[in-house]
Amino acid sequence: MLTFWRSMTAQERRNAKTGYLALSPWMIGFVIFYAFPILATFYFSLTQWTLVDQPVWIGLDNYVRMFTRDPLFASSLKATSLFVALSLPLKLVLGLMLALLLNLKIPGMDFFRTVFFIPAVISGVAVSLMWIWFLQPDTGVVNTLLSYVGVQGPYWFWDRDWALPSVAIMSIWKVGGAAIIYLAGLQNIPAHLYEAAEIDGAGKWRRFWRITLPLLTPTLFFQLIIELIDAFKIFTEAFVITKGGPLKATYFFLYYFYEEAFRNFNMGYASALALFLLIVIMSCTVFVYRTSNRWVYYEN
Amino acid sequence: MRTDARALDVQGQLRRSEARRRYTRWVGRALVYALMTFLALLFMLPIFWMASTSLKMPQEIFAWPPEWIPSEPQWGNYAEAFGKYPLARYMLNSAILVLANIIGGLISTPIIAYGFARFDFPGKHVLFLLMLSTMMVPGHIKLIPMFWLYQKLGLIDTYWPLILPAFFGNPFFIFLMTQFIRTIPRDLDDAARIDGAGAWGILYRIIIPLSRPALTVVVVFTFVWVWNDFLEPIIFLRDWNSYPISVGLAFFQGRYSVEWHLFMGATLVSIIPILVVYFFAQRHLIGGLASIGIKG
Repeated sequence: MLTFWRSMTAQERRNAKTGYLALSPWMIGFVIFYAFPILATFYFSLTQWTLVDQPVWIGLDNYVRMFTRDPLFASSLKATSLFVALSLPLKLVLGLMLALLLNLKIPGMDFFRTVFFIPAVISGVAVSLMWIWFLQPDTGVVNTLLSYVGVQGPYWFWDRDWALPSVAIMSIWKVGGAAIIYLAGLQNIPAHLYEAAEIDGAGKWRRFWRITLPLLTPTLFFQLIIELIDAFKIFTEAFVITKGGPLKATYFFLYYFYEEAFRNFNMGYASALALFLLIVIMSCTVFVYRTSNRWVYYEN
Repeated sequence: MRTDARALDVQGQLRRSEARRRYTRWVGRALVYALMTFLALLFMLPIFWMASTSLKMPQEIFAWPPEWIPSEPQWGNYAEAFGKYPLARYMLNSAILVLANIIGGLISTPIIAYGFARFDFPGKHVLFLLMLSTMMVPGHIKLIPMFWLYQKLGLIDTYWPLILPAFFGNPFFIFLMTQFIRTIPRDLDDAARIDGAGAWGILYRIIIPLSRPALTVVVVFTFVWVWNDFLEPIIFLRDWNSYPISVGLAFFQGRYSVEWHLFMGATLVSIIPILVVYFFAQRHLIGGLASIGIKG
């Protein structure tokens, strides 16, 4: 590095210095907000610590407890995985379908885009409160409408089997956010490809499978990673609506982490949980990334 | 004669097929509009129900069958909600947090992105990749160590934990802005340099004024994220007078859960600033987001 530095001209060196100076806020921020917390979490996860006392080194005990004798760890992991498995594919597919509709070149589409994107910009708390009221078992809109066609609606958030699907439905309501990203991807597809395919006599379906979908895979890939990370981090809905219930049906992982850390002040154990979630999210991201060369199509 | 007849027939066929095509297109459009309208109504139903409830009288709330549109809208409910809950206070708190974060983002983002986009130095590529990879790090991992650190610094129950990070640059914004600056022709930098501008002069006089679309994205996204943020405020704030609106709303729910008419009014009021910002900014947003070019 030093010899490299010496080999640079005075002008290059001045340039480099300005560059480092411009980056310095980010580099300081990286140390404080990324490097330090990750290393510290790793250290704390090997201790028993309640914030008021000094951390006591206990080695891998937290991890042993996590994997062998903590039913809440297992159930919260199960609830979270179930939520990811339920909401992620639906959101990806429905988001794409909605984007294809919104991409039709007909008058008035701007209005519909605005409407469908609204749920995606409202806060998780406001959405949760709105949906508590919307899905009220006796006087809520959904069950009222169901009763008109003679169906007895479920107890939604207040039913052990329905609570988790209800949270998933609520998250699908925000599908407009995904659709907007797809829409940007769709509009980047050059029109001449469609024209060429049409001249060759390719029908609508063929054009979708052969042009739209392959050229959209980079967007799909981006969306998959974003939504995956987001789904694992589900928290606000559990906090506001269900408090993790009924019978721990919506006791999601991050909510468990929050209760361990900031209600029970088991900071050591909570750190182990936090690190576990980080590793799960990172592994999923790396897995998606690694397999992406098989299905993501890049133009160059 | 025979050829003429056939020609006529061809014309007739063309006309017929043209009419048929126009007809199918018309039907197709009508179907699309019908589908879109149905979906839009479905999607707006929770919001409509919230608005409808907020204008009802207490005894109408649990009435069955429910009234879709209250016969006598109770606009006074809103005044009552503002009087009963410290809504104005919480919204002001949120506004302060939003403003401070926007200032932080507008200062830090252009400087850092300018460094990535316009200067060459050893390790730049690695640092850029590192910056991108931090986008994948979920925020929860910071909470315990930062809580410990802020406690040592006596910053728990102040706004600093919720403001400081913005001044060190958000990786998503840095990425967006770097990509944007790369599209600005370097000739403009050179011209300014000939006029005697230094590196920072170029940033201030050329880059920042030309980056308005990217900076708009920074402002709008910061607004939405900070206004909606929930997890960090509940951890770093204790005094309920300092809560932002998101935490404040969740806090009411535990206390006044029976007064749904007031409560839905409060929720509706809490999302109005977001909706206003969204309506004004949406055109810039889609353009600004497209400029990241989620391509290869």
